[in-house]
Amino acid sequence: MSGVIASVLRPPPRRVRLHRLVTEAAAVMLGILLLIWSVAPIYNMLLIALDPEEGEVEFSGNIWPPEPSLESFRVVLMQDARYLEHFWRQLGNSVYIGLMTMVLTVVVASLASFAVSRMPLKHGSLLTNASLLTYTIPVSFLIFPFYRIAHAYGLSNDPWAVIAAHVAFATPFAILILRQYARLIPIELDDAARVDGASSIQVYWRVHLPLTTPALGAIAMYALVLAWNDYLYQFVLLSSEKHMTLAVMQAQLFDDADPPWNAMMAAAIMYSLPPVAMFFALRRRISAVLTIRGSGG
Amino acid sequence: MSGARQDLTLAIAFIAPYAALFLAFALYPIGYALWMGSKLSLYTDLIADPLYLPSALNTALFVGVGVNVKMFLALLLSGFFMQPRWWIRALLVVYVLPWTLPAIQTAISFRWMLSGEEDGLVNRLLSLLLGIDGPIWFNHWGLALGSNIVFYVWKWMPFWTLIFLAGRMAIPRDVSDAATVDGATGVRRFVHVTFPLLANLYLVCTLLSIAWTMGEFTTVYFVSGGAPVWSTQVLTTLGFHYAFDVANPSLAVAAVMSVLPVLVPVVVVLLRKVEARTLQL
Repeated sequence: MSGVIASVLRPPPRRVRLHRLVTEAAAVMLGILLLIWSVAPIYNMLLIALDPEEGEVEFSGNIWPPEPSLESFRVVLMQDARYLEHFWRQLGNSVYIGLMTMVLTVVVASLASFAVSRMPLKHGSLLTNASLLTYTIPVSFLIFPFYRIAHAYGLSNDPWAVIAAHVAFATPFAILILRQYARLIPIELDDAARVDGASSIQVYWRVHLPLTTPALGAIAMYALVLAWNDYLYQFVLLSSEKHMTLAVMQAQLFDDADPPWNAMMAAAIMYSLPPVAMFFALRRRISAVLTIRGSGG
Repeated sequence: MSGARQDLTLAIAFIAPYAALFLAFALYPIGYALWMGSKLSLYTDLIADPLYLPSALNTALFVGVGVNVKMFLALLLSGFFMQPRWWIRALLVVYVLPWTLPAIQTAISFRWMLSGEEDGLVNRLLSLLLGIDGPIWFNHWGLALGSNIVFYVWKWMPFWTLIFLAGRMAIPRDVSDAATVDGATGVRRFVHVTFPLLANLYLVCTLLSIAWTMGEFTTVYFVSGGAPVWSTQVLTTLGFHYAFDVANPSLAVAAVMSVLPVLVPVVVVLLRKVEARTLQL
């Protein structure tokens, strides 16, 4: 007995201490590796954007901008280079598509998930389960029929064709998340409100909507990122200069022999900011919702 | 009595926008695609095209290697990020950045890291640190395909790491405490405790990711661009070429529909797993 106590009180043997030191060093090494891995392409964007001359960094392999300057950001803001003549309008088009996708996804998914999980709709879940099927089909495959269908609907060269596509592809997942989240809200809350004379609309508006806001935030983020990352649908469905989005404009540069890369990278960095900012604003909510999803599967 | 009827009307009104959207912009395009790709002669045309079989092989390699490497690393790294230390938490914030950044712009940046007109950042570092001349990355099929895969892993690994991190956090505390008391640490703990508990989540995520990655377009189109000489195309970029360069959208649909023999079983297993586990808890 006293031997056990003595062995607990004794400092850990050297072997254990050495083992701990090695694990610690390995963790730090891994951390440094992950940092470099994650940041490298982002650093490269900055490197090119901070270069006042076209082509000095990306063509001669400097690992530090020779004369760092914010000139290319000024060029973008003033629309002062080839391709960037319509920067603000193109950014506006991207924002319009992104925001509409976000708002409509949240509204449509929230209404549908309330109807399916909280109202006496017998076979409603059949529809939402069936729609999961579309969620598993790669979105890019459907661009080919979609191109023709947009024509048939009279939506050729119309931002609403892109928005409709994004919302249609984003809602199944949004409904899945919302239904999982709604399980956390006791049905007794709904019942209590009904006993107090609330109609179904009031239950939705006063009880359900406020309590599901964390999940709605995560869904909004998901929909925005979907629209913001898209190139294929925006390129194929919007052919005119007027509706061109920033993503499509940036991709055009590949056909050019000598485009202004430094200004393009500055524009790319500015384009990257909104989803990053939104992610950090909603970080806690997103991780809370992810946890629920994780516990389900 | 009229209240119940009102509720039913309301429920239908609530679900109507979604149902309309689903029918018009999801089900109809799928049906239309099946109709477009239903002519058998399209598939003999495909086989006859010397670009088709290499693209199919590239798709298989891209999905097979890319998804598995990404998922396995994400699973391991989620364990690393479980540690409650300030610097690991701070690192997690940086680590998820690739997921939140737009794909096209980062893909272009990644392309420039590998190939400038003379040297990109990577080759420059290789010669500075190791004194070796880096290869011309997009002149070689294997290197170009590998570059595509590396970018794909960079972009999407953080998302799945977050999912697995959430899965690990959902493991009841007493289970992991019991494992610690029993002396299960390191590899043994991972093999006997953590992995069995996460196995279903891992399977569902892998299947889902396989289905999505079969349609990966942005990575290949913007990183290698099919270089060298069309040899790293995948089926979606090939379909894009058929539809918009050659103006033969039916052949494009046939090209992407040729993955159905693999996609359908994946989706069937996936839907069963998802239904059993999460939808009818």
